[in-house]
Amino acid sequence: MTRTALLSRFLGVATLLAVIAAVIQGLVIMGPTIEQHEYSRLLVVHPPLAAVTFVAFGVTALASLLYLIPRTRRREWDQLAGASAEIGVVLCALTLVTGSIWGRPTWGVWWTWDARITTEALLLALFLGYLALRRIPSDVEVRSRRCAIAALIAAADMPVVHYATSWWQTLHQANFRLLQPDKQLDPPQLLGMMLGFLAVVLLYGWLLIHRFQVEQLEERLDREGLAQALTERRAEGLMPPVPAEAGSR
Amino acid sequence: MWRDALLMAGKDLRVEARSRVAIGQVAPFAVIVLVLFAFALDPSRGILVKAAAGLFWVAVLFSALLTVQRSFAIEAADGARDGLRLSGLDPAGIFLGKALAVAAELFVLEIVLGAGVVVLYNAPIHGYLLLLATCVVATVGMASAGTIYGGLAVGLRVRETLLPLLTLPVLAPVLLAATEASQAALDGVPGQGVAWLRLLGVFAAIYLTFGVLAFGSLLEES
Repeated sequence: MTRTALLSRFLGVATLLAVIAAVIQGLVIMGPTIEQHEYSRLLVVHPPLAAVTFVAFGVTALASLLYLIPRTRRREWDQLAGASAEIGVVLCALTLVTGSIWGRPTWGVWWTWDARITTEALLLALFLGYLALRRIPSDVEVRSRRCAIAALIAAADMPVVHYATSWWQTLHQANFRLLQPDKQLDPPQLLGMMLGFLAVVLLYGWLLIHRFQVEQLEERLDREGLAQALTERRAEGLMPPVPAEAGSR
Repeated sequence: MWRDALLMAGKDLRVEARSRVAIGQVAPFAVIVLVLFAFALDPSRGILVKAAAGLFWVAVLFSALLTVQRSFAIEAADGARDGLRLSGLDPAGIFLGKALAVAAELFVLEIVLGAGVVVLYNAPIHGYLLLLATCVVATVGMASAGTIYGGLAVGLRVRETLLPLLTLPVLAPVLLAATEASQAALDGVPGQGVAWLRLLGVFAAIYLTFGVLAFGSLLEES
């Protein structure tokens, strides 16, 4: 067993254990709170998803930067950026979905134009565009470089959007409902959220290893498939000419 | 760099002046969008006047997409991109020049659209100084971000559909800030628009810097 396989096996088992622990803590041990009732259980899922989304997109941005700098340019950085962005998009979408599920009973609406929700949705759109760019058939080098730039633009937009929300807040105080003064969490809730963090981080790591390997295999398939097709066509050229009667049919 | 930028902008604007695509197609398109908004939002209910700033910037945003497409379509034809690469011009200058040309075209378009908003929507205009500053800064931001993405999508087979998907989310903060700043000007409270104007400035500065740094590596490839 190679080291990567061993690591992924270890991460997979750890992820499974963490998910089981988080589920038990979230659904069985944690009771409903007075303010949030049963919906407080989303605490185990929603904040960890949101946080790891940023980790994933951060890894994409960093890997893209390393790819763009000629001294550190390696195929692996591009593959890592793509793998991480794909997982990040899934996590980002799940963040929005879980937030929406929480918003419906709490605020009475599935969607509201709150600054942070809008930011998150924009982030999703930006990285969906990035993934679309990655899927375009083109020369690998050209595509990788363009993708790296697109990832950095998406990342550069994050602080702009962040400032937009803080200015939005000063202008539309009433719209900003998510940021409440830091409230103490009860120990079981805190433990649930921590277990959730652990589970999502481990899951991210495990998925990243596998997605990265798939990315490498895809590239190898492209390369070797082309080489094989070339060899086959060449072999056809070298074959003895087709007998006349077979050719005249 | 600046000399190259002016050369490039002059070239693009000359192509535009001779082909008349911006004046003949993009500007009428933008005016049609304004008219369509009036159909969609019943003019008699006064929504149009209230939403004039937002509708104006949405129309500008759509036109910006067309302008950027056009700006890179002229480079895609007849291998002009290879010529550009071989010309020895500074890539940063090429970026600034193309962005400048797009910004100039958009600025003319904004004047046409502004007149359209006044005439068609009966929107009263106040706070000229803030409106002018918003238009200039927002246009620079749109043009620079759009030019980077135009360079990203050029030469790809699916660029027509890809460009809006990539560009619109990035330009969303510009739409938001420009709308709020113009609304503040129209409402006669320019003080409230200054924060938004600052945001537009930050946006324009980020993407101008980014384009200057990154455009070289977009151009050098095959």
